[in-house]
Amino acid sequence: MHPCWTWQLEQRIPSRTQAAEQIIDALLAQLEAEKWDSREVFGVHMAVEEALVNAIKHGNKEDPSKSVRVLVQTSPRQLRVEIVDEGAGFSPDQVPDPTSPDLLNKPHGRGLMLMHSYMSHVQYKGRGNELVMVKTRG
Amino acid sequence: MAVHRRIEVMNLSGSAGEVALVRFLDRKIIDAANIQELGDELFALVEKEKKQNLILNFNSVEFLSSAALNKLIMLDKKVKAAKGKMRLCNLRPEIYEVFVITRLNQLFDIKPNENDALAGM
Repeated sequence: MHPCWTWQLEQRIPSRTQAAEQIIDALLAQLEAEKWDSREVFGVHMAVEEALVNAIKHGNKEDPSKSVRVLVQTSPRQLRVEIVDEGAGFSPDQVPDPTSPDLLNKPHGRGLMLMHSYMSHVQYKGRGNELVMVKTRG
Repeated sequence: MAVHRRIEVMNLSGSAGEVALVRFLDRKIIDAANIQELGDELFALVEKEKKQNLILNFNSVEFLSSAALNKLIMLDKKVKAAKGKMRLCNLRPEIYEVFVITRLNQLFDIKPNENDALAGM
């Protein structure tokens, strides 16, 4: 663990959305123990939930032979989340804006927007299957 | 009478007819299977039980994912297709913020409480 991080959790989870629950619970418990503001905890919960569902459903397409690697790290000032799936990846720039008038009533495309809104930094790397998100405490 | 596992439904008399008041039984609407079941129960209110006017009370809801928002968008379409009305009420500030971020506050009719939601229905 790099010295700037005071806590970390690394896990490889199967491609089932229920598998994300345990790691999210552990992360939220850690943020509460570190006395993060409840609204920031809510935002982190939303961003990580959406990111993991994207990796499992859209990345790995719930293929049981594929897994998702998750690394979460905290410091007194920051949270860093790394999520890597085994899918083909995607170009975030190609995802249409779900708030445009013609897409507002379409039932998809909001997860990425919520991640950007609640986290300080969101970046897809590699072929678009490696996500890094950072949240700086307010 | 339909069996509901994810919602509780009460029938109210509105000024313009019957209104189904829906309360959610899950504090956190996250699990994919539960969201599927929630959608099925909500859609059945409109499609099978022929409820035209719905009030969704979010008082007990502490968290919901975008998959749950998608079900609400689909429900809204079904209600509009049946020429009914749907209103949401009692959203906690952090839940309301999710609707603001996604601009779904422009798509849905959101009221502060049940009385305001029932007015004119």
